[in-house]
Amino acid sequence: MNMLTSLQNLLIQSWQTLFIALPALRRNLMRSLLTALGIIIGVASVIAMVAVGNGAQAGIQAQVSALGENLLTIFAGSSRSGGVNSGLGSASTITIADADAIGREVRDVVGVSPEVSTTAQAIANGRNWSTSIVGESPDYLKIRNWKLTDGSMFTDREVRSAARVAVIGSKTALELFGPLNPIGQSVRVKNIPFVIIGLLESKGSGMGGQNQDDRLIVPYTTVMKRLTGDRFLRSVNVQVAGSDRMEVAQQQITALLRQRHGLTAGHDDDFNIFNQKDIAETVTSITGIIKLLLGAIAGISLLVGGIGIMNIMLVSVTERTREIGLRMAVGAQPFAIKLQFLMEAVTLSLLGGLVGVLFGIGMARLVGVFANFKAVVDVSSILIAFAVSCAIGVFFGFYPARKAAALDPIDALRYE
Amino acid sequence: MSAPAPALAKPLLHLQDLTKTYHTGEVEVKAVRGVTLEIQRGEFVAIMGASGSGKSTLMNMLGCLDQATGGAYLLDGDDVATLDRRQLAMLRNRKLGFVFQSFNLLARTTAIENVELPLLYTMPLTSAKERRRRAVEALERVGLANRLDYHPSRLSGGQQQRIAIARALVSQPELVLADEPTGNLDTRTSIDIMGLFQELNDSGITIVMVTHELDIATYCKRVIVMRDGKVISDNANAERRRATEALAALDDAEKEANVA
Repeated sequence: MNMLTSLQNLLIQSWQTLFIALPALRRNLMRSLLTALGIIIGVASVIAMVAVGNGAQAGIQAQVSALGENLLTIFAGSSRSGGVNSGLGSASTITIADADAIGREVRDVVGVSPEVSTTAQAIANGRNWSTSIVGESPDYLKIRNWKLTDGSMFTDREVRSAARVAVIGSKTALELFGPLNPIGQSVRVKNIPFVIIGLLESKGSGMGGQNQDDRLIVPYTTVMKRLTGDRFLRSVNVQVAGSDRMEVAQQQITALLRQRHGLTAGHDDDFNIFNQKDIAETVTSITGIIKLLLGAIAGISLLVGGIGIMNIMLVSVTERTREIGLRMAVGAQPFAIKLQFLMEAVTLSLLGGLVGVLFGIGMARLVGVFANFKAVVDVSSILIAFAVSCAIGVFFGFYPARKAAALDPIDALRYE
Repeated sequence: MSAPAPALAKPLLHLQDLTKTYHTGEVEVKAVRGVTLEIQRGEFVAIMGASGSGKSTLMNMLGCLDQATGGAYLLDGDDVATLDRRQLAMLRNRKLGFVFQSFNLLARTTAIENVELPLLYTMPLTSAKERRRRAVEALERVGLANRLDYHPSRLSGGQQQRIAIARALVSQPELVLADEPTGNLDTRTSIDIMGLFQELNDSGITIVMVTHELDIATYCKRVIVMRDGKVISDNANAERRRATEALAALDDAEKEANVA
C-alpha cells in the first residue's frame, strides 16, 4: 500500500515535472531542436540501416533459394595440364552412369539432373543470338524450383532418344522471336534444328550475375551426342528430400563416387560437392555481419547524439543555477531537481526518437525506391531505437541532473 | 491548523549560542560567533548591521539554507541541526517563505506560475486546481489579482517584489524571511512594500527582515543590530512608523513642492 502510494506520487510528480520541462525546452526552441537533431539522425540511421541490411539480406537469400531447394551440385574436379588449372567441371570424371547410380543408390535423393553445357549461336526466325545450350534431365525444373509460362518440359523418353527439343529462356525467346510465341517454332543450333516445346519463367540474374533467362535447355543426351560429343558431365544437380538430410546425402554421394572412381584412402576426391545450404548459411552470415556493421555505425551516431544532449543539459544547468537555487529555497528536494533535468533530457531524446523513427522509415522507403531491393523496416528495430533513445536520455541526462541536484542553494542563489 | 498554543509557551525561533565558521583554505572565518535569541509568533524583526557583520550568514541559517557549526537552532520546536538536505527542503517548503533583494522571479514565466512555484514541491502533492486557487488568493493579498498572466519583465520593481511576496505567502508559512527586500527599490516603493509587510504582520504573519537601512528598520517592531558576528543590541522599536502615514506625508510633501 505504502509502495503503491509512493509510486503513484512519483508518477504524479513526473507528470507535474513534465510541465516544468516542456516550457523550458520551448523557451530555447532552436537549441532544443538542434540537440534533438543528433538523436533524430541517430535513430533514423539505425532504422534505415537495419532496414537496408534486412532488405539486402532478404534479397540475397531469395537469390540463394532461387537456386533450388535442398540442392547438392556435384562438379567434376579440376583438370590440370602443364600447370594450367582449368577450374571446376573441366576434368572428365563424372559419367552418366555416376549420375544414375546417385539416383538409384543414395536414399533421400528425390531428383537428379546431369548437366552439360556449351555456348553456341542459335538461329531462328531470320535472327541469330549467341546463347548457352544447357543439357539437363526432366527433373531439372523441379530441382531448380523453376516454372514454365507456356508449353511443357521434355520427358525421359525424349532424353533417352536424344530428341531435338528445347525449352527456351525468356530473354533468348525475346531476342529470337520478339513478341511472337516461340512454342512450336524451330531453332537451329550448329545446323541442327530443335523444336521449342516450352518457355521458361523469367528468373533474372543469378548469384554470379549471369542472366539465367538467356539459355536453351535441352536433354543432356542431345548435347552430348549431337552438339559436343562429350562423354563426361560437367556437373550433376541433385535434390535431397529435406534440409536435415543434406549432410547424410552428401556423405553417401561422396562415398559412392569415391568407390565408383576407385579412389583409395590416400587419394583426394576427383569431384566437388556444393551444398546449397552451406552457401545460404555463408551468405546469411556475411549479410548478418554487414547488417551488424551498418547498425553499429548508426549506433555510434546515436551515441554522439546522446553526448550532445549531455552537453546541452550541462549548459542548461549552469545557465539556470539561480533558478535551481530558488527552487531549492522554496522547498524543492534534490530529487525534484534531478527529476526536472532528467525529464528535460528524456523529453528531448524521446521526441528526437519519435521524429527519428519517422525519418528512418522515410529514408528506408527512399532507399527502396532507388535500390533494386526492398528495404524492410522491422518493428523490433523501431522499438529498440525508441527504447535506446529513452535510455540515452536517462543515461546522458543523469550526470547533469545530479550536478544540478547537488548544488548548494545559497551558492546557487548568489550565482551571477 | 493546530490547537492554539498557550501564550509564550514555545517561541517560533530559538537560537542558543549559534556559531558559523567558514574554512577557506588556511583562513578560518568566524561569521557568526554565538548568537542567542528568541523570536515569538507575530513579531516583525529587523536585523541590521554593516556588511561583514554576519547578518546574511545568520539569515541563511534561519532560512535553513545553511547549517550552523555550533550551538542550537530550534524552528517551531524542531532541531534543525539533525535534519538532512531532503528534510531541510521539506521544512523550508512547509514553514518558511523567502523574499529576496533581487526578487528572483523566473523570467518568461507568468506571475501566477511564479507564485505557484512552492506548491509544486509540497508533500503530499497539491493538485493543479488547488495550486491555482491558492496562488490567486496570494496575489489578491498583495493587490495584484489583475496581473495573473503578466510576465515579470512587464511589471515594475514594486510589482515584481509583490509577486515575490505572494510567492512567499502561498504556502502559508510560519515565518517570512526577507533579505534586503527594498534594496532595489526607490523610496516611495520601499515604503509601499514596508506597508504591505506591516499589513501582513498585522494579520498574524511573523516576519524577519535583514536590512542595512535604518529608515526601513523603523517600520519594524523589533530591531536587532549585529557587529562582527555578535548581537550588540536588541530592542523593541518604540518609535515605530506606519507606512500608510509615511506615504501620506510623502504625498503632502510632493504637493507642496509642486505648488511652490
